[in-house]
Amino acid sequence: MSESDDTTDGSTSTEEPIENDSKPVETDSETAEGDSTAADEDGSPDTTASERTPDTPEDAGVPTGSTPLEVEGLRRTFGGIVAVDDVSFDVEAGTLTGLIGPNGAGKSTTFNLITGMLEPDAGTVRFNGEEITGLQPHEIANQGLARTFQIARELEEMTVLENMMLAPKGQVGESLWRSVMPITRDEVREQETEQLERVWEVLDFFEIDHLADEYAGNLSGGQRKLLEMARALLTDPDMLLLDEPFAGVNPSLEKRLLEHIHELREQGYTFLIVEHDMDLIMNNCERVIVMHQGRVLKDGTPAEIKESEEVIEAYLGGEV
Amino acid sequence: MSISETYVRYRRTLGEEPLAIGVVLVALWMAWALVSGLWTGGIRVSSLASLVWDGLLRGLIIGLAGIGLSMTYSILNFANFAHGDYLTSGAFAGMATSYLIAGIGENSVGALLLVGAGGSVFGGAIGIGVTTSPIAVVLGAVVAGVSTIALALLIDRFVYRPIRDESGIALLITSIGVAFALRYLIQFVFGAGVRGTTAAGSVPRIDVPALDGTFRVTAHDASLIVVAGGLMLGVHLLLQRTKLGKAMRAMSDNEDLARITGIPTERVIRTTWIVGAGLTGVAGYMFVLWKGTLGFNDGWLLLLLVFAAVILGGIGSIYGAIGGGIVIGLTASVSVIWIPSEFGRAAAFMVMIVILLFKPEGIFSGRTTA
Amino acid sequence: MSADDLRGRFSGLFERDVTLALAVLGTIYLAYVLAGVAFGYGLRGQLNSIANLTFYIGVFGMLALALNLHWGYTGLFNIGVVGFMGIGVYVTALVSKPPVAQGGAAQVGGFGLPLGVGIVAGVVVAGLFGLLVALPALRLRADYLAIVTVAFSEIIRFTMMSRTFQTFTVPDTIDLWLFTVDPTADTVGLGGGGGLILNYPDPLEALLRTLFLWEPYMGFVGFVQRTLIPNNPKPVIDGLVYGILLFVCVGLFYLLLSRTGKSPFGRVLKAIREDEDVANALGKDTDRFKLTAFVLGSALMGLGGILWYSSRGSITPPSFRPNITFFVWIALIIGGAGSNTGSFLGGAIFAGVLYEGPRYVKNLVETAFELGDAPGNFGEAVAPMASFDPVPFVLYTLDSVSQLRLVIMGVVLIWLMHNRPEGLLGHRKETASSIDLSRPGGEDASNAAAAADGGENR
Repeated sequence: MSESDDTTDGSTSTEEPIENDSKPVETDSETAEGDSTAADEDGSPDTTASERTPDTPEDAGVPTGSTPLEVEGLRRTFGGIVAVDDVSFDVEAGTLTGLIGPNGAGKSTTFNLITGMLEPDAGTVRFNGEEITGLQPHEIANQGLARTFQIARELEEMTVLENMMLAPKGQVGESLWRSVMPITRDEVREQETEQLERVWEVLDFFEIDHLADEYAGNLSGGQRKLLEMARALLTDPDMLLLDEPFAGVNPSLEKRLLEHIHELREQGYTFLIVEHDMDLIMNNCERVIVMHQGRVLKDGTPAEIKESEEVIEAYLGGEV
Repeated sequence: MSISETYVRYRRTLGEEPLAIGVVLVALWMAWALVSGLWTGGIRVSSLASLVWDGLLRGLIIGLAGIGLSMTYSILNFANFAHGDYLTSGAFAGMATSYLIAGIGENSVGALLLVGAGGSVFGGAIGIGVTTSPIAVVLGAVVAGVSTIALALLIDRFVYRPIRDESGIALLITSIGVAFALRYLIQFVFGAGVRGTTAAGSVPRIDVPALDGTFRVTAHDASLIVVAGGLMLGVHLLLQRTKLGKAMRAMSDNEDLARITGIPTERVIRTTWIVGAGLTGVAGYMFVLWKGTLGFNDGWLLLLLVFAAVILGGIGSIYGAIGGGIVIGLTASVSVIWIPSEFGRAAAFMVMIVILLFKPEGIFSGRTTA
Repeated sequence: MSADDLRGRFSGLFERDVTLALAVLGTIYLAYVLAGVAFGYGLRGQLNSIANLTFYIGVFGMLALALNLHWGYTGLFNIGVVGFMGIGVYVTALVSKPPVAQGGAAQVGGFGLPLGVGIVAGVVVAGLFGLLVALPALRLRADYLAIVTVAFSEIIRFTMMSRTFQTFTVPDTIDLWLFTVDPTADTVGLGGGGGLILNYPDPLEALLRTLFLWEPYMGFVGFVQRTLIPNNPKPVIDGLVYGILLFVCVGLFYLLLSRTGKSPFGRVLKAIREDEDVANALGKDTDRFKLTAFVLGSALMGLGGILWYSSRGSITPPSFRPNITFFVWIALIIGGAGSNTGSFLGGAIFAGVLYEGPRYVKNLVETAFELGDAPGNFGEAVAPMASFDPVPFVLYTLDSVSQLRLVIMGVVLIWLMHNRPEGLLGHRKETASSIDLSRPGGEDASNAAAAADGGENR
């Protein structure tokens, strides 16, 4: 499916941003709109350079230098209980990073703090070099940081297609008068027609095109997860935060989902995945962050994590 | 300091500080207006005392009715818009009983049972009053409570229970249907007219001195205080001392948890209706006895004030409902010192709206139902 | 793919909706006419009842459509509809009533501007009040928003009734920033409990005069007088023409709101209804969308209020009790929240069956039979039942039909919430997009998909 993303060294070229933004279903019919938006946001040259490398997952964690997401000293309390305490970590561009930990370790809270669903009591979050702490969720999403939810939150009484069409950024028809006035409505239709092609491509990519006219509420748990990821992808993000994408998904679908994630990562997307299942993360991520009781316990490669005494203890202590 | 940090602070400040500043400013202005009014004699102490007294009694009724609304709101998770009409039902049932007992023999039973619909019997003429016909009043209050309980259980069985698992919004909309049906059925049977129910002139009263004059306390004021105070104490004991009361408190805090821990939810729900509706029915009766008139719209007109009280006190908290009721009653009565009297109720609504916007958990919150 | 095909699909849906609407309207009108014939109504009576029916179908259709934008699309639980209606018509009155002469202090006048200006002002001010309510209140939970909006509509009504706002004296000149205004108005106000007399030109007449149709219209009235209704036919024709005007307005409402719904804007509204957090996480500034939708809906409710009351000769505060709000809600729930076509049909069915139906039956029965006086109260109605004489009870029931229909409405609402909370068309897929979303070019695929979900597609 994908193509043309295999320049191995980050050679400089003016076309870089466009190539970098290659999408899962790479075609020439990219909308100009989407590209320009992405190019604008792609501030630092480092980012663009590193995003092009991850064609070789074996040397994961390669010090390419760029860290789109930087979390520093994040803290949040709920009524006196510290849910997240001084959490700091970076996520490198083009990697698949796992965030694991026992129940109540503060993973989801961390996610919500990063994506603006919750406001931190202290600490900062930077995305692509810009501080996004305390911004509204929609502002953060528009900077290119998309998320999915732990329990797939579909817009149930909307069809799969409506769910997908909702996602793209910069829709002119989101202005009321443009949607209603006679002449501007034609522009809206034009843009929607362009958008629709992307939508069907992504539906095909995730193999949920046969569900296109279904209400999202009628989908199975696994299909919802697929839809949610497809929808997040359509916001044209640089990075995806997946909150337990495999929870409640049957093994064969889990495999498919993983394939999709790897494929997307190879195309240059960065992933941060919260997961409960330790093996899954160990086998698939280049880097793993372990949280325990609101703190970062350990941060390293799967091999390092496996050998860590603290982690083993935390997991045994937590689960038994 | 980065821009976004400033932004966070800005957002927080915007949310909380202006409220505090606004409240303080309004309070200062009100205090100044009151003190200067009293100083210059523009406001008489006795009329202020009379307003406070009136507000307090009104507040007791609102609070008494509010306990039931608050309980159903937190335990059954919906805002019952028919609650006001439960109050009206109680008032009519109770008054019909009182009329019957006080007026039997000289008047037709039908006219008495219809609470003098169409001017067939007058409450004043048959001497309804706590001193003139004590038995009729006591029995009226009891029947008001019991019949409202029966009504609430009946409605719950056929209307709310079948859709109990639906969202609170579906139940709310349904309750609007119940309110319509009840209110206009009452109008169909009892007529649209507002009737006088008590022999207003013959209720014993005392004039309490207050510096530059007196304010009036009637026997019906006193009986309202006794009944409301007694019932509130009773609810307190029920919730604190009995096992069922504890179960109710647990349900109101977290229904799922309560269900898992084996609390008999259906029984708790039934008890909720019994306690809530009983109090509401009696509140309706005492309201009518106290103000001396009865119309089919009485409960509906009171409903928004009851909501205001419940929200002010924090949904689910019975002490909050009582406290909120008194605050709302006082607001509606005493506010006429500062604003035109037509806006007394509007002032109470504004208090509610401000609370909802800035402190939706209520001002007496902390623990629910406790 | 071919544009023709697309158009064909669209007009297919459109035709289906039109057919449905015509079928429902046809049934209601036919029932009225047949009942009228059966009970021996004259032509004048028939036309009057049809004009009346049309009026209520029009206003309830419009208001249900506006409420659908709030509740059906955006999930905003507004039960202050009547407040916005009242604001609309009161502002129109204030702006367009003729000024009262100096010294006529007992009378309340207005600013004497043309009715068109008054209507625009009413709509704008209703929208502004929508903004005023929405700005702080939109973050509230649905049930809290409900309580805030109903309290708001009551505060509006208290304001209408209050002595404080009953009359104002307008100063002779008003210094505005750049220029000085010399208003002709002397005493304006909301009229207090007595309400306002709407002594501006009749809206229908004003409109026809603007369109230079007044002369032909009067000619037509004369023609009807000569041929069909010899005795003063103008009120009857006025009523019918105003009804047609209302239907045109309903059409415009429908056009505006279905365009709003079938667009990316409407899609975001739907997403907010389903799960605001998700919409937000997808980069939509949900507050802005909610605000826009609420203001537009409020302005349309204002217009609905204007069209309802501005041709009535006078307005009084009791007309703006929360009951009207609940009527509109029942209409919307009958039709199905979320569907524009459904909203209109709900309005039509509510108006024809629940609102006007019982009153019409009463009128028919009273025309057809010589009925004695109804008993004055329930007791007198029931007492003869003991001697098996149901007539007084029937008479009393008939006499109380205005109240009883509210009981019926309540019961119908309960029944709907139990058995069909989605209403007539609530679950129908009215895809929120300006275009057809089937696979571009892929005819087979989209046909297959259409066939596949045809079963549950109502």
